[in-house]
Amino acid sequence: MNLPESAHSAHDAAPVGWTLVFIAWLIATISTLSALFLGEIMGYAPCVLCWYQRIAMFPLVFVLAAGLFPFDRRVIHYALPLALAGLALAAFHLALIAGWIPESIKPCQQGVPCSDVQVTWFGFVTIPLLSLLSFLFVAGLLAATHFKGSK
Amino acid sequence: MKQKTAFIVSAIVLLLIFVAGTLFYSSQQEKAAAALAEANRAALVRMHSPTLGRQDAPVVIVEFLDPACETCRAFYPLVKQIMAAHPDKIRLVLRYAPFHNGSDKVVAVLEAARRQGKLWPALEALLASQEEWSPHHTPQVALVWKHLEGLGLNMEQMAFDMTAPEIARIVEEDLADAKTLRVTKTPEFFVNGRPMPSFGADQLKALVNDALAAASR
Repeated sequence: MNLPESAHSAHDAAPVGWTLVFIAWLIATISTLSALFLGEIMGYAPCVLCWYQRIAMFPLVFVLAAGLFPFDRRVIHYALPLALAGLALAAFHLALIAGWIPESIKPCQQGVPCSDVQVTWFGFVTIPLLSLLSFLFVAGLLAATHFKGSK
Repeated sequence: MKQKTAFIVSAIVLLLIFVAGTLFYSSQQEKAAAALAEANRAALVRMHSPTLGRQDAPVVIVEFLDPACETCRAFYPLVKQIMAAHPDKIRLVLRYAPFHNGSDKVVAVLEAARRQGKLWPALEALLASQEEWSPHHTPQVALVWKHLEGLGLNMEQMAFDMTAPEIARIVEEDLADAKTLRVTKTPEFFVNGRPMPSFGADQLKALVNDALAAASR
């Protein structure tokens, strides 16, 4: 943030917070459009866990946008539960793929198994990893907005 | 004001990237599908494939069909219409793509009817009664028989024939060819070896008209 010192005063704290929430919105929107591209255009069928992560990601686009105009700090309280739930699901999904969670408690029996890795870029980047990073950044930015504001 | 501009510009840019990506991806896919069909011409038609229409017809429509697929049922009259509109110009080649679970048994019934020379009437009867023998998109071979009554078929013979290993091999080979040609949805059409650029009745008609025009040149 290339803002002058005065931006940190209580009066001008909103622009910093606004920018942070705006970046979180950008991440959520890029993630949502990417998920739609992979699912609808490229035709990768989302597994059950992917659907749950979508349920957490897609509303963030609208919740965060609504919190930007006019800027409302309380958007953190509404968006953070979604981001944290998505983060937990993505972490569970990655653990499943890594095999840290035993076969018997896999929640998917039908359709695409969640332990199936459909896409791998550069040898290690998978869709659940991108999902985890997105949720992590959104949650981090929301936390940053909270602490910036309480100064 | 600046914030609103930043938001609106980003939203538009992201949407444009999405649309451009979609257009680019589909054009790539279209080229890849055409190249794939071109490279695998042998996989399009097999010796065992049932055909309808004149053997020397200039236009050949290859249809990958699942008897339990609703869209296949919807498209069947359209294909018949296209063929009727251009008599002796079009030959239909039927390939089986029983993607619904249990649909392969229904294909075996059709092949058994074929041994009695009644494949096409049996196919039409089963497509017409699809909802009754495939409730909730679950094909049940036990329910098909009553819809074949009146076609003069020897049902006992059919029940015996449908377990023939030759029939199982036909289904296997058709499914293998579907995989080679990356047919993942039914119905899929190839007109003189060219796949549809995108799915739709108009696209199929356009493809057939192109082939007819090329043939009469």
